[in-house]
Amino acid sequence: MAAPKKGRSQQRPGTALAVILVTIVALVGGMFLSGEHTPRLGIDLAGGTSITLAAKSEPGQENAVNKTNLETAVNIIERRVNGVGVTESEVQTQGDKHIIVNIPKGTNEQQAKEQVGKTARLYFRPVLAITEANPAPAASPSASTSGKATKKPDADKDAKKGDDAKDAGEKAKESSSSSANPSSTTQGRAVSEALTKDDASPSTTPSQSAKAEDKGSSTPSPAATDGLDTTVTPELQKQLDAVTCAKNSKPPLGKPDQPIVACGTGDDKGYKYALGPAAVDGTDLDGAEASYDQQRGTWQVNLEFDGKGSKKFADVTGELAKNAEPNNRFAIVLDGDVVSSPSVSSSIAGGRAEISGSFTQQQAKDLANVLSYGALPLSFRTEDVTEVSAALGSDQLRGGLIAGGIGMALVILYSLAYYRGLAFVSVLSLGVSAILTYTIMTLLGPGIGFALNLPAVCGAIVAIGITADSFIVYFERIRDEIREGRSLRPAVERAWPRARRTILVSDFVSFLAAAVLYIVSVGKVQGFAFTLGLTTLLDVAVVFLFTKPMMTLLARTRFYGQGHKWSGLDPTRLGAPAPIRGRRRPITPLKEA
Amino acid sequence: MSRLGSLGERMYRGEVSYDFVGKRKRWFVLSLVITVAAIVGLITPGLRMGIEFSGGAVFTVQKNDQKISQEDARKAAEEITGHTAIVQKLGNDKLRVQMSELDTAEADHAKKEFAKDLGIKVEQVDAQVIGPSWGKEISRKAWQGLGIFLVLVVIYLAIAFEWRMALGALLALIHDLTITVGVYALVGFEVTPGTVIGLLTILGYSLYDTVVVFDTIKENTKNITSQSRFTYSEAANLGLNQTLIRSINTSIVALLPVGALLFVGGGLLGAGMLNDIALSLFIGLAAGAYSSIFIATPLMSWLKEQQPEMKDLARRVAARRASDRAKGKDQGDSQDGPAGELETISLAKGPEDAEPPTATAGVGPQRGQRRQPVNRGRSRNRPSGKRR
Repeated sequence: MAAPKKGRSQQRPGTALAVILVTIVALVGGMFLSGEHTPRLGIDLAGGTSITLAAKSEPGQENAVNKTNLETAVNIIERRVNGVGVTESEVQTQGDKHIIVNIPKGTNEQQAKEQVGKTARLYFRPVLAITEANPAPAASPSASTSGKATKKPDADKDAKKGDDAKDAGEKAKESSSSSANPSSTTQGRAVSEALTKDDASPSTTPSQSAKAEDKGSSTPSPAATDGLDTTVTPELQKQLDAVTCAKNSKPPLGKPDQPIVACGTGDDKGYKYALGPAAVDGTDLDGAEASYDQQRGTWQVNLEFDGKGSKKFADVTGELAKNAEPNNRFAIVLDGDVVSSPSVSSSIAGGRAEISGSFTQQQAKDLANVLSYGALPLSFRTEDVTEVSAALGSDQLRGGLIAGGIGMALVILYSLAYYRGLAFVSVLSLGVSAILTYTIMTLLGPGIGFALNLPAVCGAIVAIGITADSFIVYFERIRDEIREGRSLRPAVERAWPRARRTILVSDFVSFLAAAVLYIVSVGKVQGFAFTLGLTTLLDVAVVFLFTKPMMTLLARTRFYGQGHKWSGLDPTRLGAPAPIRGRRRPITPLKEA
Repeated sequence: MSRLGSLGERMYRGEVSYDFVGKRKRWFVLSLVITVAAIVGLITPGLRMGIEFSGGAVFTVQKNDQKISQEDARKAAEEITGHTAIVQKLGNDKLRVQMSELDTAEADHAKKEFAKDLGIKVEQVDAQVIGPSWGKEISRKAWQGLGIFLVLVVIYLAIAFEWRMALGALLALIHDLTITVGVYALVGFEVTPGTVIGLLTILGYSLYDTVVVFDTIKENTKNITSQSRFTYSEAANLGLNQTLIRSINTSIVALLPVGALLFVGGGLLGAGMLNDIALSLFIGLAAGAYSSIFIATPLMSWLKEQQPEMKDLARRVAARRASDRAKGKDQGDSQDGPAGELETISLAKGPEDAEPPTATAGVGPQRGQRRQPVNRGRSRNRPSGKRR
């Protein structure tokens, strides 16, 4: 027979094989470089860390610690620790005020601990007064005066804050704390504070002010009924003075609709704030993400409000812009701490805001993660952190692996018996897909926290069958072609388009299941969906890049090409008409291009 | 083996075939019986939910001086409740034992018994109620995901194939899931997260298997209305038989590893998570293989036969066969069916069993004399130029 005209797919079987070989080498190399040689195991197989959180009952909200709130908290924590959904962590309630969080070995324990317990209650509150937090506060001389004092406009206060300055901020703080002696009055301190803030505080984000588009769109006069009340009540002033902001002494969280006092953190450290009722809160957020600010070289968290939140935010910033320093500032309060307190010069529309502070990349990402899954309805204190052993004995994993081995051997035996020489191709293909799955899972461990639990191990074992099915579909097609009297080389090529379509259609269904479940669900189901999607994609990759080119190559060999009786492609065994030399090959239409 | 191989060949040609589609009623009845049994099982014994879903009580053994092993604790706990217990070591000297379905009073009793069984003081055991680690939220989202997936897959199959196939595949899927869940209820196995994951695996597998069969049928029935030799059901049955070897092979290859899991998990290790998953997978995969052959295709063909075109076709086929039979009586045993007027369809189980197969699906090998009237004009492509 003349040399077959090579189709495009057949032209370079070597290229595809080279691609997959390079991929394998890269993955295996990466695996050894990363130092992780086995996939991370889930908590059921490897144990991990168990964190016990106890709900704190807050003054005034004694009834808050109830079943409903605990369950809500469990759901939120679940999402926080499961981030991308593949870490296989477990969260459950214990007793009537505890939550247990189990995290598999190898997770960053410290980070996890901080994330799970963070209440993440976020409020935007208008600033009523800012004073310097002094470890030894002087007695307040006159509450009302100082209250007024903070309202007094100051010529310099509207000036935009410079970006420069962490160092400047530090210095300013030092200088201000040295100048503001305990003996100075509250009023004096307030003013001096405001002045130092003026040149030093980097907390204002220019972009926020710049973003304002509809300047003056809402222009109720300051005297209007819904104008913001910036008065510091005597009571609040007393609280403000009492707060020390020393370590471990945090002012109470307070209620969202009440004015509170709070301490600054990050760049605002060293200041304390009297803050009005929450204008916008964390539930009005649509999402949060960490980003890097090129200009300032700092990490920040970008917030996106939902429709209601956007409107509230635009309104309140419009109001604030009309006030004078420091009442033109709003404070972003997270769990009772002022993270940032930018000033506003005009209403900010568009539903976006950002929290900038002295975040590291990790802090910004953690905060964004925590904010996007919402606030816990309760605050928690970490009661206990212990190691827990695997819930399933090591015999279960060993049993699973043994079963996997037996299963693999049975599959190989069966395909040897049925497909003979073709089994060589299917075994090699299974081997390739096993290596790919193993290395990718291993690399995903440190990468995205992927952990393999027992169900996933079983899933991988079942995947042997589903992967083998792709080969079976293809082999059966080849045999059908041979039965129709074709010799192997054209049979391999003609069978491919038909087999390919079947494989793609059915793998698409699997992938659809994986994708939908991954996007919609949480927890273990999400982990399962991830594994399913991964194995499905690998199946397609292996069939396209390995099995098919391998068949093309093998069809050129004598053993397969001539249909040796052990090749599994022996035409007589398959019942094909013996090819009669010299006779015209039957002309048959090609089913698919 | 080679005998199976030649069986495959004969099936491919349609010499040997089983009329799955024609005998659909008995399979439908069989499935109906199994499904009803499964539903009854779901209602009366009901499913036993594991501690991961229902919560229960957690016993913390303080100061485990006696060095009670995890295994001993698990056995003791399982004897008391009859449910699978979760036992973990906490730090170095504590054990955390979770038992399901205990209320406060029972927990107190269980605590005493547990302490007695392990030979420790009751004061060493601290009992508390524990919530499910597989919360309602996870279940709710999983159901939601399942719903969305089913809608999407029906839409996809309706576009890629047609709505009748989508419906057939969907019903086959529901059939598989019902049977699997029913077996769980009847046998009384506990439902764990492993079971749920096993079920979800079946979901993908069952559809996958059905889609492969439908793909062949779709190909076989492309130009079905332009001929009058075979009805839709017969053509579908041929497609089914053609992919039967594939279906059998795939099912065997999928069941072998799961069988190994079941053997190792159930036979060697006794009860445990491995066993739970393997069992749900085994039942589900077997049901999936069965339903894609016996339920999905017959059901789909039946739906298809309700179409006016297909009814029309069936009438034409019947008429033609009647006239063929008449002719056959006239001319003795004439076997020479006017082949080739259709290129897409072949069916062995024609009216006369003696009639050898003619053009086989699509690219059929037209053997002997019967290859002359191939409809060449209809070939979509040149046969790939191999004659040069």
